[in-house]
Amino acid sequence: MQSGDTFPRLLLGHASARGEKPAMREKALGIWQTWSWARVAEQALTVAAGLAALGLKRGAHVAIIGDNRPTLYSAMMAVQALGAIPVPLYQDAVANEMAYVFRDAEIAFAIVEDQEQVDKVLELKLQCPMIAHIVYDDPRGLRHYTQTELTSFEQLLASGRAFGEKNPGHVKSEIDAQRADETAAMFYTSGTTGNPKGVVHTHASLIDRARVAVAFDKLTDAEDILAYLPPAWIGQNIFSYSMMLVAGFCVCCPESGATVTTDLKEIGPTYYFAPPRVFEGLLTQVSIRMEDASAIKRNMFHYFMGVAKRVGVPLLEGKSVGLADRLAYAAGNFLVYGPLKNNLGMSRVKCAYTAGEAIGPDLFDFYRSMGINLKQLYGSTETAVFVCMQPDGQVKSDTVGTPVSGVEIKFTEQGELLVKSPGLLREYYKNPTATAEVKTNDGFYRTGDAGFLDADGHLKIIDRAKDVGAMADGTLFAPKYIENKLKFFPYIKEAVVFGNARDKACAFINIDMQAVGNWAERKGLIYTGYVDLGSKDEVYGLIRECVEKVNADLAADAKLANSQIHRYLVLHKELDADDGELTRTSKVRRGFIGEKYQVLVDAFYSGKAVEHIETQVKFEDGRTGMVSADLRLAEAKTFSAAGAVKAA
Amino acid sequence: MANLNRKIGDVVLKVEGISLSFGGVKALQNISFDVREHEIRAIIGPNGAGKSSMLNCINGVYHPQEGEITYKGIKRHDVDTHEAAVNGIARTFQNLALFKGMSVLDNIMTGRNLKMKTGIFAQAFHLGPARAEEMKHREYVEKVIDFLEIQPYRKTPVGRLPYGLQKRVDLGRALAMEPTLLLLDEPMAGMNMEEKQDMCRFVMDVNDEFGTTIVLIEHDMGVVMDISDRVVVLDYGKKIGDGNPNEVRANPDVIKAYLGVSH
Repeated sequence: MQSGDTFPRLLLGHASARGEKPAMREKALGIWQTWSWARVAEQALTVAAGLAALGLKRGAHVAIIGDNRPTLYSAMMAVQALGAIPVPLYQDAVANEMAYVFRDAEIAFAIVEDQEQVDKVLELKLQCPMIAHIVYDDPRGLRHYTQTELTSFEQLLASGRAFGEKNPGHVKSEIDAQRADETAAMFYTSGTTGNPKGVVHTHASLIDRARVAVAFDKLTDAEDILAYLPPAWIGQNIFSYSMMLVAGFCVCCPESGATVTTDLKEIGPTYYFAPPRVFEGLLTQVSIRMEDASAIKRNMFHYFMGVAKRVGVPLLEGKSVGLADRLAYAAGNFLVYGPLKNNLGMSRVKCAYTAGEAIGPDLFDFYRSMGINLKQLYGSTETAVFVCMQPDGQVKSDTVGTPVSGVEIKFTEQGELLVKSPGLLREYYKNPTATAEVKTNDGFYRTGDAGFLDADGHLKIIDRAKDVGAMADGTLFAPKYIENKLKFFPYIKEAVVFGNARDKACAFINIDMQAVGNWAERKGLIYTGYVDLGSKDEVYGLIRECVEKVNADLAADAKLANSQIHRYLVLHKELDADDGELTRTSKVRRGFIGEKYQVLVDAFYSGKAVEHIETQVKFEDGRTGMVSADLRLAEAKTFSAAGAVKAA
Repeated sequence: MANLNRKIGDVVLKVEGISLSFGGVKALQNISFDVREHEIRAIIGPNGAGKSSMLNCINGVYHPQEGEITYKGIKRHDVDTHEAAVNGIARTFQNLALFKGMSVLDNIMTGRNLKMKTGIFAQAFHLGPARAEEMKHREYVEKVIDFLEIQPYRKTPVGRLPYGLQKRVDLGRALAMEPTLLLLDEPMAGMNMEEKQDMCRFVMDVNDEFGTTIVLIEHDMGVVMDISDRVVVLDYGKKIGDGNPNEVRANPDVIKAYLGVSH
């Protein structure tokens, strides 16, 4: 047994080394309440004793469902302390989506946040009778529930204390008995196809990757981070749970999903992670607010953002910049960047990361030019995130950095990336076939991503290997690459591009309601809602400009010139995870969408100008309704590879 | 949908023979009914039936010419608004009476005004006792904010919020008074379906969690029949029905007043 080689031992280490320092913060009644390491550890051990009293045994799986909350984090620690395995689930998944996981992992214990989750698990019990205990944190609305499975956190703590008095040393001996190569947690991959798979990670794999990431950016126990993404996603879990336990820094939990922006401003995190869509959302908000600001403010903003665009990035990277530019930048920092960063809650950020999707060059540079050290990384659930990271001073918008310590990478002949690292999954739970499919005999993991190393040794990812297809004439078709280019425009929220084995590429577009709505307002366009706005001629014109710019871009690259978008349409509904069109991590499920809207895809290639469509939609409360519309299919200009205009 | 664990107690408010007129207009004629502790009591009726006038008599905005109001065992001919508030009667307004330029927090804080003991001078200069008092009241206000789930709007000026949320703030301010009797004047008027469902849940939660007695005026029949324990029906200033929702639904006079009758 070594100290600090499992999560419970790390926790005990922090409780004795920095017991009074903040481990977590949570807002209660409008005021940030701090949990010290000593309190977190004390609570985790008591909860562990309470769970032991309820009969939780080594190796059992425990579902953890809810937002980032100190109680739920302490529950994860408690489960691990007993040698049981926490399985965090997406808190916004509906009961049916959870059913598979509950059955697959044979879950008898669920620790959940509130009434909403209790209702779901109680509903699940009809299909999964092995559910025996549901522990809930927030008692609101649960007063009249009489089900015997229910235990409140208060009751659990009380029975934990009682159990601890009768069996002192039980939890401690469970902690001592653990080995680093035992399973620490299981994460279900959202899966773009088929059933989700349980990715099994050991203490060793998660802790090793967290250590590498902490060392890479020289993080200390003085960092503050805000945990606001679903804890079921390994990214949030490793940033706020594994790395917190490795580095001993403080994790702050926002009051609710709707208050994240305010909480971010109040906390001012020093280390920050967000997927590109969050950065995009922030920039959209800033742009809209600036368009509505007074002329003086607007001009000032545009002038200084111009300065930042020119010299901000070189300054951040420590390159030499002329005196006049330095002065202009300093003035801009005082008048614009400083206040703006403060408003975004990023004035204290040492380094920020984005990953998961490609990020637009303009978007990326916007943040970097203001002096925010935004970088990219590459990884997945199966690799415990950290495979490649961008070192300071070597940051590019279209690569994801160099392999980090411990990682070895290579490519197959088809361009698929293979990774070997101490952070690899042990296996897919109860699924040796799937495990064998992704793990090679020499210990590499098949990422399923297609990419290559650029001249500086930086990894560049173009698409999922299986999605990279070919047009009818055999030229490369990389749909995600094109969709990302479309999504870089603030007016386009989602795009789905079709064209595999076809002679032309076509696209479905989802407009961004906020950005297009504001644009329409300034134009004096009247509209009633999404469907109405999306079908306006003016909006089609706006989207057409975006599509044509992408086409011009594609035309510049000989390999991709053939996959320019010939026809497009604005969809009548927003793609939604509840309707199965997006994964829970907001990635488009192209195949599913292609089948669901087959009539529209056919209409593209049969040359129809209008097509009627009726679609079932699912509301958040589980009811369904129908949306129907007559959609217009519009043409876009394409360019010859040399750049000259060609008729559509 | 009545809550099983809730115990309806004794009569806390009794109005007897109330008549109110404005010049020649007889707004209320000889109205009598009672309200029991912990119950949700609805007053319904067509436009101009005298529902709001009735609420205004209970909390002392109007002074009826005839009749008596007994609240907590004390019989009065007319009620003073201040006295009503001190005695734990709070209300919300049909047309919202919030301070549009002030934040949600400050608006709800005004509901604590009666409970503040320090003088205007101490408050203006934020002296020790005033500060301690403010912190105590702020904590209660935060509980209300948490209860009504309006944390994201804490610092937003009320005028910038959608109507449904403004109604919730209005309720919040009334709750900040820690009322024993809560008068709600059309809490769901002008709301969409989802907002109505939310508001229904909050009204029932208030009743359930704090044991507050509630008298509400409402037009939406579905809402009234679902959440009230007993219903009074007014028409042209007269009481035409009184009883539990099923009795009222079957009452021929009520049907006539609502649906009209063939002549």
